[in-house]
Amino acid sequence: MDSHHRGGIPSLDAAGASSSFLDFVTATNPALLPFGRSLPAGQLPATPHGTTIVALTFAGGVLMAGDRRATMGTMIANRHIEKVFPADRYSVLGIAGTAGIAIDIVRLFQVELEHYEKIEGTQLSLEGKANRLGAMIRANLPMALQGLSVVPLFAGVETGGSEGRLYSYDVTGGRYAELEHHSVGSGSVFARGALKKLWRPDLDQDSAVAVAVEALVDASDDDSATGGPDLVRKLWPVVYVVTDDDGATRVPPETLAPVVQAIVDRRTAEGREA
Amino acid sequence: MAQQFYVSPEQMMKDRADFARKGIARGRSVVVVSFAAGIALVAENPSPTLHKIGEIYDRIAFAAVGKYNEFESLRQAGVRYADVRGYSYDRADVTARGLASVYAQSLGTVFTAEQKPFEVELAVAEVGATQAEDHIFRLTFDGSITDEPGFLGMGGQADLVQQRLADAWRPGADLQAALAWAVDALRAPREANGSGQEAVDPLGPASLEVAVLERDVREVRGIHRAFRRLAASDVERILHSVGKG
Repeated sequence: MDSHHRGGIPSLDAAGASSSFLDFVTATNPALLPFGRSLPAGQLPATPHGTTIVALTFAGGVLMAGDRRATMGTMIANRHIEKVFPADRYSVLGIAGTAGIAIDIVRLFQVELEHYEKIEGTQLSLEGKANRLGAMIRANLPMALQGLSVVPLFAGVETGGSEGRLYSYDVTGGRYAELEHHSVGSGSVFARGALKKLWRPDLDQDSAVAVAVEALVDASDDDSATGGPDLVRKLWPVVYVVTDDDGATRVPPETLAPVVQAIVDRRTAEGREA
Repeated sequence: MAQQFYVSPEQMMKDRADFARKGIARGRSVVVVSFAAGIALVAENPSPTLHKIGEIYDRIAFAAVGKYNEFESLRQAGVRYADVRGYSYDRADVTARGLASVYAQSLGTVFTAEQKPFEVELAVAEVGATQAEDHIFRLTFDGSITDEPGFLGMGGQADLVQQRLADAWRPGADLQAALAWAVDALRAPREANGSGQEAVDPLGPASLEVAVLERDVREVRGIHRAFRRLAASDVERILHSVGKG
C-alpha cells in the first residue's frame, strides 16, 4: 500500500506517512498478523469452522445476524461462538470459514479502523473500510490455498447517510457490493432462499430482525453445520443493527427470545413436515 | 579546518535546556484536570483542526504544548505503540505508565543525542475506575517524568497556570467546576500581564479545545473508548451554566 512512499520523500517515511495499522505491522512485526507466515507442506488437522451469516438492509439501516455454531468435521466444536462483530461505530462484519484465523482478522480489522480514526482524526469512508477488509482477505490467500480460508460479510452505513450497504468477498479479496440482502457460509444457500421470500423493501427494524432470524432457522433446518436457536440453553443468534442515529448496536436476548418463540410457535401450529 | 572550541557538558546541557524552555514558553498553555466523572483536557487553541489534545487508547489521552510537528509525530508514535501492544496482548494491558516511560525514553534520547532537543512538553492522562486511580503524567523535553496529583498546567507561563490550579483544585468536583477552573487557570497569564486593560474576555469557547475521558463510558455508552471531544456549543453551555449557578 505505502510501498510507493519508500524511496520517495524520506521525511514522509520518517513521519509515518501511512495511517494503516496493517501496513505498519506488516513492515515492523509481520509475525503478529494472522496470515504473517508461510505454512510448510503437510496435512492440517481439523480446525473449527464458522458457518452461516445473513445480512439485509431495512428502512434506516442494515442488519447482520449469525448462528452460534462452529463445527470441526462432523463434530460441533462450539455452540456459543459469536461470528458477528461491530467493526467500528457505523459498520459490522460477520465471518465464515476457519474460526481461528477469522477471529484474528476481525480483531485486526477493528484495530485498523480505530487506528486510522485516531491518526487522521476522521473516519474512513464506508467504501474505504470495505477496501481495507478486502486487502486483508487477499493477504490471507496463501493460507486459503492451504485450506484455511476466511470469507467475511461487511455491512454499514455511511456516516451522515441512512442507507445501509452490504459487501461480500471471495477468498482472493474480491469485493462485491450486494443489494437488498446476502448470506455467506455453509447454510447460505438455504438462508438466501428464505431471504428471497421474506425480504421486502422498506422493512422496519423489528420485522428485519424477525426475517434474519427466520432465515437462520431455515438454514439450520437443512444444513447440519448451522446451529438453530437453542430453546433449552436459551441461545439466540447474534444480531447487530446499524443505523445512522445509534450506530452499531447488538439486539439484546430479551428482544430475540420472543422473536424466536413466535417463529417456533407458528411452525408448530402449521405442522408442516418438509 | 575550523577550530574546535571546548564546551563543558554542563554548559551544553544548559544551552539545550534553555533553548527548549524558550520554545515551550512561547506557546499557549494546556490544562489537564481530574474530576468526579473523568478527566478534562483543555487547551487554548484557535485552530479547530490542528489539535493539541488527542486520543491514544481506550482510557488514555494525550496533550501537548510546543512545536506542532514534533508533538504530532510523538502522538502518532504513541497511538502506534498502544495499538500494537493492545493487539498483541489485550486491550487491558495498555497503560499510561507504559506509554509515559516510552515517551520519556525517546525524549531523553533526542535531548542528548540529536541536533536539537524537542521543544515540547507532554501530558499523558489515564482515567481510572475512581478518581484516586486517575494518572496524569508530565513529560518534559529532557525525558523527565513526574506523576501529577489530580491536575497539571503546562506551556506558556506554566507557573502562573499551575499555581492557579493548585489554589482551586479539589477532588470530587463536577465537569462544570473542572472546566471553570481550567478556563480560569488559562486566563491567569493574561490577567498578570494585561493588568486590567483586557476587559473583553478573549478566551471564549471558540478558542478552546476541550476533550474529556469519561470514567463510566462502558456502563453509560456501552463502548470502550472513553475519549470524547466537546463541541464549542457544548463548552459554551457548560461554562454558561456555571455563571448561573
